[in-house]
Amino acid sequence: MIALTEISKKRKKINFKDNKIGWLFALPAVILLLFFTVLPIALSLTLGFTNAQLLETSNPKFVGTQNFKSLLGMSEFTLHASRNADGSVAKDEHGKPVFPQVRSLTRPDSPYVHLRGMQEIYRFGENDKSGTVHVILARDPTFWRSMTNTLFFALVVVPLQGGLGLLLALLVHQKLKGRNIFRTIYFIPTLTSMVVVSLLWQFLLQQNGMINRAIHLVIPGYINIDWLGNTHTSMYAIIGLSIWQAVGYHMIIWLGGLQTIPEELYEAARTDGANKWQEFRYVTWPGLRHTLVFVLITITIAALGLFTQINVLTQGGPLNSTSTLVYQTFSRGYQEQQIGAASSISFIFFILVLIISLLQRILTRKADQ
Amino acid sequence: MNPKRRLSLAVVFATVGLIVPAAGVAQAAPAAITMWTHNGGNAAELADVNLTVKDFNASQSKYKVIVKAFPQASYNDAVAAAAASNNLPCIVDSDAPNIPAWVYAGYLSPLTLPASLTKPFVPAVKGIINGKLYSIGTYNAAVGLFTTKTILAELGLRTPTIANPWTLAEFNDAMSKAKASGKFDYALELGNNNTGEWWPYFYSPFLQSFGGDLINRAGYKTAEGSLNGKAAVAWGNWWQGLFANGLSPKNETADQHNNGFVTGKFAFAWDGAWDGPNFLKKYGTDLAILPPPNLGTHPVIGGGSWEWAITRTCSSSAGANAWLAYAIQTKYLIKFANDLGNMPVTPAAAAASPFFGPGKPFAPLQDFSAQLVTLRPPTPAYPILAKVFENAARAIKDGGDVQNTLDGAVDTINTVLKSNNFYKTKK
Repeated sequence: MIALTEISKKRKKINFKDNKIGWLFALPAVILLLFFTVLPIALSLTLGFTNAQLLETSNPKFVGTQNFKSLLGMSEFTLHASRNADGSVAKDEHGKPVFPQVRSLTRPDSPYVHLRGMQEIYRFGENDKSGTVHVILARDPTFWRSMTNTLFFALVVVPLQGGLGLLLALLVHQKLKGRNIFRTIYFIPTLTSMVVVSLLWQFLLQQNGMINRAIHLVIPGYINIDWLGNTHTSMYAIIGLSIWQAVGYHMIIWLGGLQTIPEELYEAARTDGANKWQEFRYVTWPGLRHTLVFVLITITIAALGLFTQINVLTQGGPLNSTSTLVYQTFSRGYQEQQIGAASSISFIFFILVLIISLLQRILTRKADQ
Repeated sequence: MNPKRRLSLAVVFATVGLIVPAAGVAQAAPAAITMWTHNGGNAAELADVNLTVKDFNASQSKYKVIVKAFPQASYNDAVAAAAASNNLPCIVDSDAPNIPAWVYAGYLSPLTLPASLTKPFVPAVKGIINGKLYSIGTYNAAVGLFTTKTILAELGLRTPTIANPWTLAEFNDAMSKAKASGKFDYALELGNNNTGEWWPYFYSPFLQSFGGDLINRAGYKTAEGSLNGKAAVAWGNWWQGLFANGLSPKNETADQHNNGFVTGKFAFAWDGAWDGPNFLKKYGTDLAILPPPNLGTHPVIGGGSWEWAITRTCSSSAGANAWLAYAIQTKYLIKFANDLGNMPVTPAAAAASPFFGPGKPFAPLQDFSAQLVTLRPPTPAYPILAKVFENAARAIKDGGDVQNTLDGAVDTINTVLKSNNFYKTKK
């Protein structure tokens, strides 16, 4: 992705002749990228327009944009309440209008052809008098849920993990006794496989697990929360353990950045009477700009690709509250065995990551120069 | 690396390995036959599989079977992925309801075992499609509602029989009484911490007992009405209530599943025959094995268990069949049944069972298996039905709207059926 933006910058045309040796050195990497990145992306785009099935990969048929339509399809519908024999709006015992089941409009034999197979995701603007309500229907509610979950996860994790990493880096950058011990402790989770981390956290998070017991000691009347089994807490539990696992890596990156800032700058700042905050604000922070760009982009891409923890711990549940785009791709492709439909999700995911990364590059380009 | 090259490399290494210790004595290397099995997490079962392989490898020098064990949760995905990349092993095991899909997809070739060997096997463990035998199992399984006679007496409950099982009201009453007694953490242990095939195997019989099903079995062309009709919605509401009313834990832990009933924290366990020996050890003659309740139409349990099959891409099919013929000898069938608490599959193996047979402790399970089984739908679409059912049952357990969830499940199933052209037999 970085390579793409480099090209998009209006620099002079790429000159192959002048830089033969350079290209020769790049060749192995370029070939690998072509085979293992560009080719799969091209294949996935192609498969996304077919009805390829896992069981029947030999003869997939092209189905046009059908996969994308059934992922992205949305519709708004004004639902009219049932009427009494005299034509008045039928009401229930609370005086609320009685609406027909949305399913009656979405069945395969529904007269509303464009609504067939859709599911309600939201309703609003209920009007008791006229007996109407607006209903938003989607062809694939799980897809929209996965999309918002993925974006929410990235939105929370990127600043939190980046910030926490910086904080830890600042702590272990000080000239303290035993700082290498702390560096090691913070870094160990990063070296542990995410599957192992997930299983450990499963024990910590379960209803009679250690976290609940610890809270119980502090707050005696506390009712144990089933962190991963509750739709309100599941995503936060995933966020917590994900940051715990990955923050050490970014601490090391930040630490690397901190070590490139010359000591003389700090000495000069102190001579000028700068306090600790001013030192950080005017010496450390500007010196970390390059690191910031790297940390931002790597966390974003990793966060958008959230999968392992979900697959091990929640399988997207409860009620899709932790389903992500990558998990849905896996689930659709391997469990529902619809490779074509799964490819269309992964293609949309690719476009999403590309757009976000390009945006980040454009916004941080200045910092990088 | 392509399989042929991998195979030839393996042969080279195996040859080197044989020649060097034999100090230059030339000897033909045995053909390697890879086997995949689902029981990576089940030490006792894997040990029995390994025993047949070890004995078989030692019994002749033409073939060498190599076992690769997978965790059950990811086994089917691994096979599907291997098939898509043309990398299937020679021998696979498969949960019985997946056999039609695997045959349809062209993964498997018919077994070439002599009929005299397979004849004594009970029909439930033979995967016969279009008149050809594609798979055979070394054990059979059944499910029952485990409790103790003491618990039944203390709660003042009638002992149900196959002819006169608990009704929906009686079952609900039993669960409420167990919960209200205050003696147990929960009334019912269901094992919902398990994933995959566990869900349709253990829980779709409840749906079928209500009168619903995973698909309309007349033609296998739609799930509309079967999985989202009145009976299915009644099942969904009841199922949701088990968890909402605290009768069963919403998210069981592995510890609750493995030890909940034997430590007396659960009054009832809806569990498989394989956990029976453990229960028997703890409760002895007090153990009571009850038939499933009749929740609307009739009492139902699931049928079929894991079976062995041979892939179409297997390069030494003769060797694979030779192992299978070796592994289904009575002495191994006895081990598979007795070590695992499973039902024996031939009369000869049954005679040696300490658990099954007239008057033996698990005889009731044998009766359930003979009389109450509704097989999971025998259609190539089954793996998808199973996954969609699991997702829906989970969503309902977690408090999702029953009708909407089931409607969504039906739409998913019907879409898949349509895009596979209703699995019409390929030419």
